Amino acid sequence: MRHHLLLAIGPARFRIGSAWRGPIDALRRLYAAYPQSSQDDAVADFTVRLEPAGIGRRWWRPSVRIAGDYHLPDAVPMALRHGLLAAEMGMNLQMALGWRRHLLIHASSVEKGGKVLVMAGESGSGKSTLAALLGERGWRLMGDEFALLDFATGAIHPFPRLVSLKNQAIDVMRREVDDAARFGPLMAATPKGDIAHLIPAAEAVSRMSEAAPPALLLFPRYGHAPDIRAVGEGEAFMHLTQASTNYVACGEAAFTALHRFVTTVPSIALDFSSGNEADRMIGRLWREHAG
Amino acid sequence: MSAALLASLLRAPQGAGRLGARDWNAVMAAARAERLLATLAFRLEGVALPDPVRAVLDDACFDAEREKRQALWEADRAAAALAPLGIPVVLLKGAAYAAAGLKAGEGRMIGDLDILVPRSRLEEAERALLAAGWEWVKPDPYDDAYYRQWMHELPPLIHRERDRMIDVHHTILPLTARPVPDAGAMIADRVDLGGRLSILSEEDRVCHAVAHLLADGDMAGGLRNLWDIRCLLSDIEDISRLEHRAALHGLAQPVARARRLCEHLFGRASVDLGMVDQMFVARLLSADGWGRNGRRLLGQGFYVRSHLLRMPPLMLARHLWTKWRKGHRPA
Repeated sequence: MRHHLLLAIGPARFRIGSAWRGPIDALRRLYAAYPQSSQDDAVADFTVRLEPAGIGRRWWRPSVRIAGDYHLPDAVPMALRHGLLAAEMGMNLQMALGWRRHLLIHASSVEKGGKVLVMAGESGSGKSTLAALLGERGWRLMGDEFALLDFATGAIHPFPRLVSLKNQAIDVMRREVDDAARFGPLMAATPKGDIAHLIPAAEAVSRMSEAAPPALLLFPRYGHAPDIRAVGEGEAFMHLTQASTNYVACGEAAFTALHRFVTTVPSIALDFSSGNEADRMIGRLWREHAG
Repeated sequence: MSAALLASLLRAPQGAGRLGARDWNAVMAAARAERLLATLAFRLEGVALPDPVRAVLDDACFDAEREKRQALWEADRAAAALAPLGIPVVLLKGAAYAAAGLKAGEGRMIGDLDILVPRSRLEEAERALLAAGWEWVKPDPYDDAYYRQWMHELPPLIHRERDRMIDVHHTILPLTARPVPDAGAMIADRVDLGGRLSILSEEDRVCHAVAHLLADGDMAGGLRNLWDIRCLLSDIEDISRLEHRAALHGLAQPVARARRLCEHLFGRASVDLGMVDQMFVARLLSADGWGRNGRRLLGQGFYVRSHLLRMPPLMLARHLWTKWRKGHRPA
């Protein structure tokens, strides 16, 4: 493909090819602190392609189809002005469908004092925004989208891609981070709403190969009166099998790793109505369970 | 095209030592697109490889191992469902290679379960599978009727709990195709594997794989099918028996072509290919270094050919018109 880049995020290397220059330039800039190379110098785990969605669609109403080693047959093409989002979705898709070296949990994670807080929940639960917020307040951001659970050691490995901020979370983080250069362009009215990317703090990137053991599992839920509730091992296990994209593909090793995770790490459901409130509640829970 | 590099690695794995990062990126993307990555991994066993390459190949082998386990379980379940009928259940394609431990099964991705049953027992087989939890997936009455009237298999069924598909064949080519293979002879000469399962004879395995690749379909993913044939050919002891069998099934020409293509792409000797053979080679090697089909026009040509093979022109016109009205467009 005409424009391409090889990019390492955590343990995974992506070769991203694009029919247009724009998405690759945006990736180069926003991922400047990450290991970048060319396909001539390093071997990638996954190939992602951003290609015209039809004949002539490179120029006329340019429209991006996300393709690669793994792709969804019925994915809707995206406008080129959302090309950066397409690249991110392409990389996520490869991880979700193709990664086999860890159990992949759709969860955010942050680390402090050598222990990891994992936050799982559905889209809109606030797990991504909370991780971004904590990542600016003394925690090391390990990832806002995927937590990688080690089959052998039970540790969590970082996958600190750009933080994908949606809708109100964009303003929340703009108030938190006093550095416009750490934000990507605002992409309005994408299929996922308004999106802007945030470059993780320097430490999150420089330490992206450092794993650590999990100490607490939270199921946050934004938009409710503050409340906490213990979650049973069985319930946590079921939630996490649903939150894992490769649980079935990884077979018995996945069962064993997840079983160990829920039987050794306390699980708590956390309802909250604002970031500051959640920060305080998490501080208390962390002292009780991981202090 | 990077598929050419893939084919040369399958032929001569020692060549891997000369590859740089760019070659590996290209050949692994092409191998994934052709569903040959785990097959490549098996071929490269014992060859020194860069760590990042080895890691990707290990992942592919892990997936192939799981697919094999699932396929054998599906075969077992289908055999159990059909056991009361007392009919032979002949495994075809990937599940057959895996069940029999054939070379063609090494690292092979296995999608649907394909079985062959006698045509006279087809309705009973369908009823037994429906009773055991399989369901129809073609809701369109035209598709359903088309399958039942003209195809070599029942409309695909999918198991409601395990979400796996089964294709129940009663012969190996659509009834509208020109060659008429002798399905009765294939079933009669099957090889028993135990566990209520059987597979086709050595010669019929080649004939079926060739019919599937060259006398039916548009050759998408054809390189994998040709690799199957190459492995199946290596199991043949007496080539004259294969020729005889191919003639019986009306497949003498396709089998001869498949042997030429195998020799050209995976063999040692150099082969003089005619122009038509060269078009087949170009189609087989059309995956580029990004895993795309680098020869779209040729692909569309083979798409048209697949339909001409499958049915006479007037029938084809009616079929395409019906499908077009229903919104189907070729990929």
